[in-house]
This record gives sequence, structure tokens and C-alpha cells, in this order.
Amino acid sequence: MGSAITQFQIIPLQYYILFCSALFSIGVIGVLAKRNALVIFMSVELMLNSANLLLAAFSAYRNDPAGQIFVFFIMVVAAAEVAIGLALLVVVYRSTHSIDIYKLDRLKW
Amino acid sequence: MLSHYLFFFLSAVALISAMMVLLSKKPIHSVLYLTLTFFTLAGHYILLNAQFLAVVHIIVYAGAIMVLFLFTVMLLNLNIEGEFPKSTLMKFVSAIAGGMIFLVLIGTLKSFEVTTIGNPELTQIGLVKNLGKILYSDYILPFELSSILFLSAMVGAVMLGKKDKN
Repeated sequence: MGSAITQFQIIPLQYYILFCSALFSIGVIGVLAKRNALVIFMSVELMLNSANLLLAAFSAYRNDPAGQIFVFFIMVVAAAEVAIGLALLVVVYRSTHSIDIYKLDRLKW
Repeated sequence: MLSHYLFFFLSAVALISAMMVLLSKKPIHSVLYLTLTFFTLAGHYILLNAQFLAVVHIIVYAGAIMVLFLFTVMLLNLNIEGEFPKSTLMKFVSAIAGGMIFLVLIGTLKSFEVTTIGNPELTQIGLVKNLGKILYSDYILPFELSSILFLSAMVGAVMLGKKDKN
């Protein structure tokens, strides 16, 4: 196998950028368009995951392991964030009997 | 060529299930579609030859985070009501805003040239042996600090979840 053929056959990095941008935008739309706090949480997870995949892709294409280590640490932080966030959600549900974010506007005024 | 087909298949499934997370009425369906998205992302990691990340991704996301989401949906009995009504204008505006972000990200892609150095199918950096060596030599301090982060998150979650006596 010549190197030219393998260069031709690998997936272009642009495809990963395109795919991750699309996934990130879907996450942004979810955060903006939904009223259910749980679904907003899931959209945040989608955004985190698209950033993770892009970091891993750059790391693999540039032969630099630091990117994958960073993905590992982002996963650690995301797991802690989800644990705390869902606990907060349970507390909110206990006090307001709803997870509608429109009912959580008491700090706004 | 096979990796191309796999890439397109995984991307299509991931994008469709990510859309379904937003489009489905019941939160439990959203959680299940999100799990599907996470599995396809694990496939992407395997495609990038990042086995360690793929396994950690499945364990953390499909194993821990999804269980947390499902338990929250079930314990709070959130599945009864489904979607809260939101005005069509707001949905339209947020879709426009998200599409704008997508356009900006794609627009930046056109203005520079991406050069690839290594072949991701031949790199060995994503293997457990390699990453473990780096994680326990160069990144030992953040690794240990993340355990403190986990401990504090655990304490915080228990403290928040506890019922008040007064």
C-alpha cells in the first residue's frame, strides 16, 4: 500500500468538523427550544459530546495524545455535573412540583 | 472505503437520534434516543482508533449517566405529562438561532485549510497502554484532583437529595 492510497482513503477531518457542528447546533436548539429541564440537560450533554468527539478526532489526526486525555477529563467533569444537576432537579421538583423552567423565574425579577 | 460507509452510517444515526431527542414528546423516549446517540458516538471513537475513550464513553455515559436520567424520569414520574407547550414563534426563533450557529461554524471551516498529519487508523495513541502511561506520568495531578471532584460531587448530591427535617 502506497502512502498516497492510504491518504486518499482516510476520512477527511472536515467531515468530523461538519458532523460535530451539526450535533452541537442540535444541542443549542434543544437548550433554546425546550421547556422541560430534563430535556435541556440532555441537550447540554449532546453539546458536550460533540466537543468531545471533535477533540478526539483532532487528537487522532495530529497524533497527539493530550486531546484524548482532555476528553477523558471532560467526561469526568460531565459525570460529576450530571450527578449534581439531577440532584438539583429533584430538589426543584420537590419544592415546585414541576420541572418547567418557566416556573423557575423567581430569581429573574 | 468501509470506514467511510461506517462513518456516514454512524453520523446519520447519531444526527437522527439527536433530533429525536428534541422531537419526542415523552422524556423517557428522549432518554432512550440519547442513549442511541451515545452508542453511535462510541462507534465513532472506535473508528478513530481510540479504544480507551470508546470503552470509557460506554461505561460513563451509557452506564452511569443514562441510569441517572432514567431513574430521575421514573422517580419523579415525569412521563405522565409529556411536553410543556411552547409557542411556535419561540420554537421557530430558537431553530433559526441554532441554524445560525451551525452556519457560522461551517463558515469558519471554509476559511482555513485543515491539514492532517497522521492516519487515524494507524495511530496507536488511543490504546489503553499508551494513554495509561501518559495519564499516570504527565497528568497525574489532574487525575488525582478529579477523584476529589468526584468525592465532592457525591457528597453534594447526597446532601441535596436528603430531605429537610424542619
